[in-house]
Amino acid sequence: MNILDAIVVLLNYVIIPATSYGAQLALGALGVTLIYGILRFSNFAHGDTMAFGTAVTILITWAFQAAGITFGPLPTALLALPLGIAVTALVLLFTDRAVYRFYRRKKAAPVILVIVSMGVMFVMNGLTRLIIGVQDQNFADGQRFIINAFQFRKMTGLAQGLALRTTSVITLLTAIIVVAALFWFLNHTRTGKSMRAFADNEDLALLSGINPERVVTVTWLLVAGLATTAGVLYGLDKSFMPFTYFQLLLPIFAAAVVGGLGNPLGAIVGGFVVAFSEVMSTYAWRMVAAYVLPRSLVPGGLMQLLTTDYKFAVSFAILVAVLLFKPTGIFKGKSV
Amino acid sequence: MGAPFLIGEKMTGGYGAADILHDCTIAVEKGEIAVIVGPNGAGKSTAMKAVFGMLTLRHGQVRLDGEDITAFSPQARVAKGMAFVPQTDNVFLSMSVEENLEMGAFLRRDDIRPTMARIYDLFPVLKEKRRQAAGELSGGQRQQVAVGRALMTQPKVLMLDEPTAGVSPIVMDELFDRIIEISRTGISILMVEQNARQALNIADKGYVLVQGANRYTDTGEALLADPDVRKTFLGG
Ligand SMILES: Nc1ncnc2c1ncn2[C@@H]1O[C@H](COP(=O)(O)OP(=O)(O)OP(=O)(O)O)[C@@H](O)[C@H]1O
Ligand SMILES: [Mg+2]
Repeated sequence: MNILDAIVVLLNYVIIPATSYGAQLALGALGVTLIYGILRFSNFAHGDTMAFGTAVTILITWAFQAAGITFGPLPTALLALPLGIAVTALVLLFTDRAVYRFYRRKKAAPVILVIVSMGVMFVMNGLTRLIIGVQDQNFADGQRFIINAFQFRKMTGLAQGLALRTTSVITLLTAIIVVAALFWFLNHTRTGKSMRAFADNEDLALLSGINPERVVTVTWLLVAGLATTAGVLYGLDKSFMPFTYFQLLLPIFAAAVVGGLGNPLGAIVGGFVVAFSEVMSTYAWRMVAAYVLPRSLVPGGLMQLLTTDYKFAVSFAILVAVLLFKPTGIFKGKSV
Repeated sequence: MGAPFLIGEKMTGGYGAADILHDCTIAVEKGEIAVIVGPNGAGKSTAMKAVFGMLTLRHGQVRLDGEDITAFSPQARVAKGMAFVPQTDNVFLSMSVEENLEMGAFLRRDDIRPTMARIYDLFPVLKEKRRQAAGELSGGQRQQVAVGRALMTQPKVLMLDEPTAGVSPIVMDELFDRIIEISRTGISILMVEQNARQALNIADKGYVLVQGANRYTDTGEALLADPDVRKTFLGG
């Protein structure tokens, strides 16, 4: 029995990866939830918006690297991120003017907007593949580890080595900064409050003189920031492939719905709920069991609920369960 | 007496193909209180929405201080000094009392604190609960938030659609007193009321609407005294 080793294993394979993944899902779900709250539809193009923003950021990163610009021990992509966000914002605003505004003026039903967003999804998807290709891209540079397993073992004398990757820490810190800035914006600025008012009661917002087009514009700007940041962090942590980002749509929607659609705090909590559920149900617990249980009790199997191939089933199950039993989610969002 | 300060004149129109309002006229003089009463579904709320530009009129005109504003959007009417408290959904439920008031003042760029202080004087309970979400308040307190939000624009004319709906009799008297107080500051008030007797009591002018048309129009006092009105609309 060795509790310390068990904790290290748990950190390595469950807590650290699920926390990074949770932060990425939370940022993605925040974008979905903002659009749902303000524009009142589920944006199926969100995964591909993340992919597009990331692709642009990768191209800019490569340009920086070619020009010899780096960010020291940090990934160059963080330097390219603001530019990637700006380009994505322009594309989203263009999409809004060219596509969504038409349906908004017609006061189209949400389900029509959902289908429209699927059209946008296909276009975004094609655009991304066109500019960067369909293959896997690895664009993380800078220092890979903050603590590496070998050093850790030497330092502590434990059998298991803790590995803390730079990207995990960057993901978490960036997410915290972005979320804090977003909440500050929504709760303490005139524009932010007008967005909340618009989400709460559109007619009364109009009666108060709030300009709906301005609210919508600001929403797309925020969504560009959230989606691109989420996509770049995910890509740094794992790798970038357009198809993977399309697949992320499911856990992101699960996160937004679990927390309560339209509720920003819910999106964050939902992101971590989905991430931990997914990682914990696809992790083979045998190694942890071997450290904490007496040898005679350690089972022969892997103690893995699902293989990682089925990880999306977890999000799907969560989504279905929430919609069946508590459609408004944990934080009483809007029912779907 | 000159032209009324705000008038919706000979308004005809509705939500779709069928007209709800038929040649309906409602108006309020400067600094006075005008009250609209009538049975459920008479079109009182519809008339208010028409005056506020939330409904397209097929015929008729809306004039504010002599200016034709029929084509103005609701937001433009807010900027012109009109404020409206709808019958339902008239507060931002998820926002604090103070934020509700701030949103009322959204179009203003000057210091809104004196106005807010005046509203807290008018409705002291709101000051106490200013950090609380409007959705957590009682019905009467919500109506106070709704009226407060509308007053934040410093309107010249305040339109209220059943401000006392669903509140206890004590709170109702209290709200009527506040409305009189507001009108004393020079704000014209155009209001729809279910509690016809009490409302006509404080009204300078009263309108009885039936099926989207004017049935009786007179001073509040005269309507209260009219035997026909008493029999049909005031329960004897
Ligand atoms: N948004 C709407 N769309 C279509 N018809 C409506 C709408 N709102 C009201 N109506 C119809 O218009 C008519 C007048 O309704 P209105 O709400 O103006 O009556 P009201 O006098 O305010 O009644 P109450 O005393 O119940 O508030 C009713 O027949 C109602 O069904
Ligand atoms: Mg009504």
